[in-house]
Amino acid sequence: MSTALAEDRLWAAIGEPSRRRLLDVLLVEGEATPTGLATQLPYSRQAVAKHLAVLERVGLVEPRREGREVRYSVQAGRLEEAIRLMSKVASTWDGRLLAIKRIAEQIHREETASRASNRSPR
Amino acid sequence: MAEGTIEREILIEAPVEVVWRVLTEPEHLQGWFSDTAALDLRPGGAGRVTFDNRPEGELVDVQVQVESVEPPHRFAFRWDHQAGAEADPTNSLHVEFTLLSEGEGTRLKLVEAGFEQSGRESKIESHRQGWATLLPKLLDYAPAQSGEPTR
Repeated sequence: MSTALAEDRLWAAIGEPSRRRLLDVLLVEGEATPTGLATQLPYSRQAVAKHLAVLERVGLVEPRREGREVRYSVQAGRLEEAIRLMSKVASTWDGRLLAIKRIAEQIHREETASRASNRSPR
Repeated sequence: MAEGTIEREILIEAPVEVVWRVLTEPEHLQGWFSDTAALDLRPGGAGRVTFDNRPEGELVDVQVQVESVEPPHRFAFRWDHQAGAEADPTNSLHVEFTLLSEGEGTRLKLVEAGFEQSGRESKIESHRQGWATLLPKLLDYAPAQSGEPTR
């Protein structure tokens, strides 16, 4: 799968508000079954299972079988990737503005210092 | 925040004239914006910036079209349109910098708009929606090294 396509799928998976709520609860719980999640969210167990399947396909959650139950947990690495992707545009500007600040303040300090040394007799 | 818009501001301890130079001179653009920068600094003037993400990524070449140049208070351009095309709201993003004197420093404001008109709304929407509740938890949860800013 190309990177762009993989990113698109990740977007699609996490772009849906009910799936984000589900991830939210899963983060707090650590690990949960579809039934357990359905009791905490206004979705049916079937709807929860569908969302989990989408999240599992892009690697955001991982199932673990325990007896007759399947317990799901959030995959930290993949989640980080999704967060990075989502905050890319904005954090980009944050980074740029900080760089502008750093450069402008450096220039200003240098110019102020050189003006001061020109004025003061040696 | 308006739909499909990114707004940021920062206080800089330098006069507006200095910040203006950093914002608009190609020599400085290469320090905060891109790996290379060429810019015809006048309304309608064309420019080009490149981002070298190699070896992990690729060399990205982005077109810029200057919209307003009002030293030292306002600088606006459109970018990310196809090479050779005239930039307009349907094919590019609009970026506007406003510089305001504040004490001995400068308040620099940035607005980037046009995500919806240009069909890039999936990115901004996903960013805007729902993160208010999720993000604080994610920040606690994600390992520290995830905070690296990316270009």
